[in-house]
Amino acid sequence: MSDDTTDDKTDANESARPVEERNLEKAKAETGAGSGVAQPAPEQSPENVPAPTGEVRAVGARHGMFGVSGTGDTSGYGGLVSATVFPAPSQKPYGGWFDEVAGALEARLEATELTSAIESVVVHRGEITFHVRREDLPFVAQMLRDDEALRFEFCSGVSGVHYPEDTGRELHAVYHLTSMTHNRRIRLEVTAPDSDPHLPSLVSIYPTLDWHERETYDMFGLIFDGHPALTRVLMPDDWPGHPQRKDYPLGGIPVEYKGGSIPPPDQRRSYN
Amino acid sequence: MTTEQDFYAAPGDTSQGRVFTVTGQDWDSITQSIGESADERVVVNMGPQHPSTHGVLRLILELEGETVTEARCGIGYLHTGIEKNMEFRSWVQGVTFCTRMDYLSPFFNEATYVLGVERLLDIEDDVPEKAQVMRVLLMELNRISSHLVAIATGGMEIGALTVMTIGFRERELVLDLFELITGLRMNHAFIRPGGVAQDLPPGALDEIRDFVALMKKRLPEYAALCNANPIFKGRLEGVGHLDLAGCMALGLTGPVLRSTGYAWDLRKTQPYCGYEDYDFEVQTWDTADSYGRFRIRLNEMWESLKIVEQCAERLAGLEGAPVMVADKKIAWPSQLAIGSDGMGNSLDHIRHIMGESMEALIHHFKLVTEGFRVPAGQAYVPVESPRGELGAHVVSDGGTRPFRAHFRDPSFTNLQATSVMSEGGMVADVIVAIASIDPVMGGVDR
Repeated sequence: MSDDTTDDKTDANESARPVEERNLEKAKAETGAGSGVAQPAPEQSPENVPAPTGEVRAVGARHGMFGVSGTGDTSGYGGLVSATVFPAPSQKPYGGWFDEVAGALEARLEATELTSAIESVVVHRGEITFHVRREDLPFVAQMLRDDEALRFEFCSGVSGVHYPEDTGRELHAVYHLTSMTHNRRIRLEVTAPDSDPHLPSLVSIYPTLDWHERETYDMFGLIFDGHPALTRVLMPDDWPGHPQRKDYPLGGIPVEYKGGSIPPPDQRRSYN
Repeated sequence: MTTEQDFYAAPGDTSQGRVFTVTGQDWDSITQSIGESADERVVVNMGPQHPSTHGVLRLILELEGETVTEARCGIGYLHTGIEKNMEFRSWVQGVTFCTRMDYLSPFFNEATYVLGVERLLDIEDDVPEKAQVMRVLLMELNRISSHLVAIATGGMEIGALTVMTIGFRERELVLDLFELITGLRMNHAFIRPGGVAQDLPPGALDEIRDFVALMKKRLPEYAALCNANPIFKGRLEGVGHLDLAGCMALGLTGPVLRSTGYAWDLRKTQPYCGYEDYDFEVQTWDTADSYGRFRIRLNEMWESLKIVEQCAERLAGLEGAPVMVADKKIAWPSQLAIGSDGMGNSLDHIRHIMGESMEALIHHFKLVTEGFRVPAGQAYVPVESPRGELGAHVVSDGGTRPFRAHFRDPSFTNLQATSVMSEGGMVADVIVAIASIDPVMGGVDR
């Protein structure tokens, strides 16, 4: 986008105005005299702004119509395959204060020539997610915490998610940050492949992540490089495997009741 | 007691020195054996079964005389894999699991999970007003019962047994209200995606008003018993000190953060469930110690009573209003009713699906067995639980079950401050410091 630089100059009142109005003004500014635009820009009224697009990745597929297999269904619907697609990356403007944060972050990254640290930005259901390249995570987190315009001084912890079919990015770590100064909340998402489950530790930046990273290691096998003492925290020290991974079975035994036998939850007929 | 009786670690098994197993009533022999060695450094393993550790919390303390030089927590003794189990149940059934995590504040567990699911479903604005008011009502009653337990167990741990007995006495009154409204004292699974499970039963508002009136008489008793009590103050003041910078770094929220004087309360700063419509004050203290946290809890109960009164007032004007979203693809198809054999699906509903409408039967079957689908995405909607920021990171892949549900439990995070709060202090103050954090191990270990 050509209007990246304007984001820094947004003042506090800016976020209160509707997004469409700002789009219009930006469009006007771009087409204005002396801006060096040779051909007239297409009309950018709210109705004409294209829908947000971005590369979508399928992280899995759902087979059959009802998620049930082995039922002798002869209708043909059992052959349906639908991809599991998460919300696509958003295009600017993101709306509200999202643009202020994204703009400030981008400007700082440009100053340090780390422009590719943010892989994509997803705005979905009123929450903003920054997908961060894993080697740049400590730098981005440090900046988010310390920069005056960002000030995300509070970290709510890290949560792992395992996407076994998201090839090359199977393990995700999700950080929720809060700026108490500005009363804002953002999310960082970092990925690591199963073959190399390493992430840089953020304990030196957010000491609260000590136990949270241990829990994520315990449950997913994500290794946080630089953590002061990365050991299991919930499971026993000698436990084999990492229970929250999708390839780790839930376990359980059939329960017999009044002559019937009920299989454990992960072996019951399900509709997912 | 002899060292040979210890089957876990014989003296030769450890490089750190001799091992003693203390079982009580054997202090003389212990002091005799220790007295022979010149080394003052003792590592004490306290818990996980110990009445003063607030549940199955294990503390590993390194002592020099009576001074704690290092304090570490061992947790995980109550890990039940609730998050993993939720991935194998429908979205509605998930409520039944997460309500059991932090067993002293079940409604908050349910609320944060349900708010996340509702955000993913994009029905946040469709949840009926009455459901939101009932959620607030139950959460605030729950805050009172949880703070009562915090004060009661905290008092018990320093030997103030009267505080415990009266605390549990009042808590039982709140649990009676829960039983009246939800059918259960604990583990309610009452807040559901789209609203709440049931309408208020007849007479509930009167019971709530009676309770508020009674609590207004009883709460001053706590203040009279504790606030200026010299022993109480002597044990609590200046103990477990943690300033604002420490709270921010270690991610502490709730009464511990507010005891530093910072009025951060998600009900005010990032309102949910319509908290912006209620009149209440955020309680702070400026001493950053255990005494301040005790006073904050006491004051917060007053504020909760204020909110409960406002809820009761609003609910009186909402009689007969819906408590579940209108969308029949999400709302549970039947209301429950009391029959001759206990609570079950209402007879009207049974008659409808079994005798009148094949479509209604199919709909009921589909929604109950398969459940509804939640669009792919992730959400995090934290709530202010009695212990601080409680949030559920809810991830959906578009299926009928949570793809991942992770709970950021405040007890888990706050417990990390144990070392900072107790190192350098006396061993007896460790108990006070931990009691002031008020960790609930069900939430810590999940």
